Amino acid sequence: MTDLTNPENMEQLDDRKFTINFGPQHPAAHGVLRLVLELDGEIVDRVDPHIGLLHRGTEKLLEHKTYLQGIGYFDRLDYVAPMNQEHAFCMAVEKLAGIPVPVRGEYIRVLYCEIGRILSHILNVTTQALDVGALTPPVWGFEEREKLMVFYERASGSRMHAHYFRPGGVHQDLPPKLIEDIGEWCEQFPAKLKDIDNLLTENRIFKQRNVDIGVVSKEEALEWGFSGVMVRGSGMAWDLRRAQPYSVYDELDFNIPVGKNGDCWDRYLIRIEEMLESVKIMKQCVEWLSRAENAGEVLPTNSKFAPPRRAEMKQSMEALIHHFKLYTEGVHVPAGEAYVAVEAPKGEFGVYLVADGTNKPYRVKIRAPGFAHLAAMDHINRGHQLADVSAILGSLDIVFGEIDR
Amino acid sequence: MWTYFLQPENPGAGFWIADTLSIIGLFMIVLLISLAFLLLMDRKVWASVQMRKGPNVVGAFGLLQSFADFLKFVFKEIVVPAGADRTLFLIAPLITFVLAFIGWAVVPVAPGWVISDLNVGILYLFAISSLGVYGIIIGGWASNSKYPFLGALRSAAQMVSYEVSIGFIIVTVLLFAGSMNLSVIVEQQAGGFWNWNMLALHTLPVPMFLVMIPMTAIFFISALAETNRPPFDLPEAESELVAGYQVEYSSTPYLLFMIGEYLNIVLMCAMTTILFFGGWHAPFEFLSFLPPFFWFAAKVIFFFFMFAMVKALVPRYRYDQLMRLGWKIFLPTSLGAVVLVGAYVAYSGAAS
Repeated sequence: MTDLTNPENMEQLDDRKFTINFGPQHPAAHGVLRLVLELDGEIVDRVDPHIGLLHRGTEKLLEHKTYLQGIGYFDRLDYVAPMNQEHAFCMAVEKLAGIPVPVRGEYIRVLYCEIGRILSHILNVTTQALDVGALTPPVWGFEEREKLMVFYERASGSRMHAHYFRPGGVHQDLPPKLIEDIGEWCEQFPAKLKDIDNLLTENRIFKQRNVDIGVVSKEEALEWGFSGVMVRGSGMAWDLRRAQPYSVYDELDFNIPVGKNGDCWDRYLIRIEEMLESVKIMKQCVEWLSRAENAGEVLPTNSKFAPPRRAEMKQSMEALIHHFKLYTEGVHVPAGEAYVAVEAPKGEFGVYLVADGTNKPYRVKIRAPGFAHLAAMDHINRGHQLADVSAILGSLDIVFGEIDR
Repeated sequence: MWTYFLQPENPGAGFWIADTLSIIGLFMIVLLISLAFLLLMDRKVWASVQMRKGPNVVGAFGLLQSFADFLKFVFKEIVVPAGADRTLFLIAPLITFVLAFIGWAVVPVAPGWVISDLNVGILYLFAISSLGVYGIIIGGWASNSKYPFLGALRSAAQMVSYEVSIGFIIVTVLLFAGSMNLSVIVEQQAGGFWNWNMLALHTLPVPMFLVMIPMTAIFFISALAETNRPPFDLPEAESELVAGYQVEYSSTPYLLFMIGEYLNIVLMCAMTTILFFGGWHAPFEFLSFLPPFFWFAAKVIFFFFMFAMVKALVPRYRYDQLMRLGWKIFLPTSLGAVVLVGAYVAYSGAAS
């Protein structure tokens, strides 16, 4: 028998690890995450994320849907900012099929992508506050989110799962009143954000809970395949909207906030700043869209990718057939493969699309930014306190729709 | 004492028992009813900070909400989880509940309005509030579940740490009053708000308010920690421990925990009022046409309001930060204050 009084044999005594299940039903699990935590007292020794509880087989389902039907599945990935995902898929189809996008369509897309970014960041910033115990910010933030979701609804008919983007643009033009209302919203939002900012940013407890917590160095961020706020927090000015401009982002004036220390606090500040930058972009889009000379198409009309006008269908047999074919068989995308990435609120959201010339994708691989971030949970959390797990989880900006797919 | 009254030749016994019992009953009824409305106020304050309406369906302005909640809890089935220690599991909320009530035995709400005018009232209160942690520890342990267990551990460490600084702060007040009787402490603060222990301007030209104002603040903060309220609600931290020691509790046992917890909060408000804010005394003499009980209640409600506001506004401390605050900041500060107040009392001749 081993002599347990000998300090050299102490590790054999070390069975005092406390294993707890954090989730899948836990108020701070941000959905259906299950973390198996190994605790040494209050110190976290190991974090084992278990995923897959929200797996719906999106990638496989997409292989059995026409390209148009497939768009709806992208809303359900990161359901906090639906249209940003649609954008990636539509761009992939456009790239393969060579579909031109009218400028007005691009501006509307950018406008709604930025709405999506604010939707996501409000939710994240305020729930990050909730994760460290501040109960009020989420309720304040949801007031503004609600208004943005109404804009979603007024454009697409749905508050969340919009299915509004199309290969070639967006489904329909925005009514002038809606553009005007979005402009008005942009005017009042910074003040509302300031309220949340006042409540949290310089709050001592909030700072103590976030500064130097969950530090990610530049090297680590690269090694773990981070993107979005997670790399910008660590001091790298990497934003796909600037690094490889898509849509009309290169015509717009906005800044990329960059952090210094790569801790939860920096990531929080970046999200707050990014919301203000998004408002700036939205204002420019609203201004551009409301100019009379910019009226026009939002889909390439007289092509196979846009449905004919309803009035036309009453008169023309060809238009009727075209409409029928578009919504049943769908468009055929030439064989080939394309990788398209957009700067979604959570990071680089990529779609790798393989087409075989039929009306359905041969394979779609979705690169969800949250997946890489969650994979690093163990690495980031080691040695932190139990309470920091939820703070770090909050600042990683995890949404299970896109991770489990 | 009991043997004295129970002897048949002392005719006062029956009267004394009936008298005491009726006062206790009155206290309990008044406390429970006011608690129902304080709970509603807590929720309403919280709601208005969050730009919500709060409960407004049951009764006018939701006034009957607490009673509806009470009935809901009472009529639910008591679920004892498998593997739990049944006896302890049910005793724990009772301990919290009962201790929360018996603490009130020495609280004077107006001149002479007190169940027992103990001459060591403050020690008694201190002892009772220290016992309060047992309900939580036993509850967390008896649940036989990991989250409650962690919550219980945290709560034990937290309440013990903050009791130390609370103890020293109380000592500063004791030194001023020269008595442990709560009624005497209140009487000693008569005459206007400048005599309250928070300011203690009667000590001028010695500026004792420089010591007492921080002490009041630290006492209030420690009271938050002592009652497990945000930002010190670690034992029931929602985003970490789900609901801490009460995870497995439902129906009446949960209700008892709830009532006990809120009664403790009100008790802490009452203590702040008595120790630092002149108890039942009006801030100005000319305002004393209003009954003393009114002033006492108003002050308690004010501090309860502060408790509710704090809950709505602040994030939660982490465990190690909480400990650091308690042991490294509050304890030395209050210890220093005891020395200063002691020196004042010893050398100014106030002790005589």
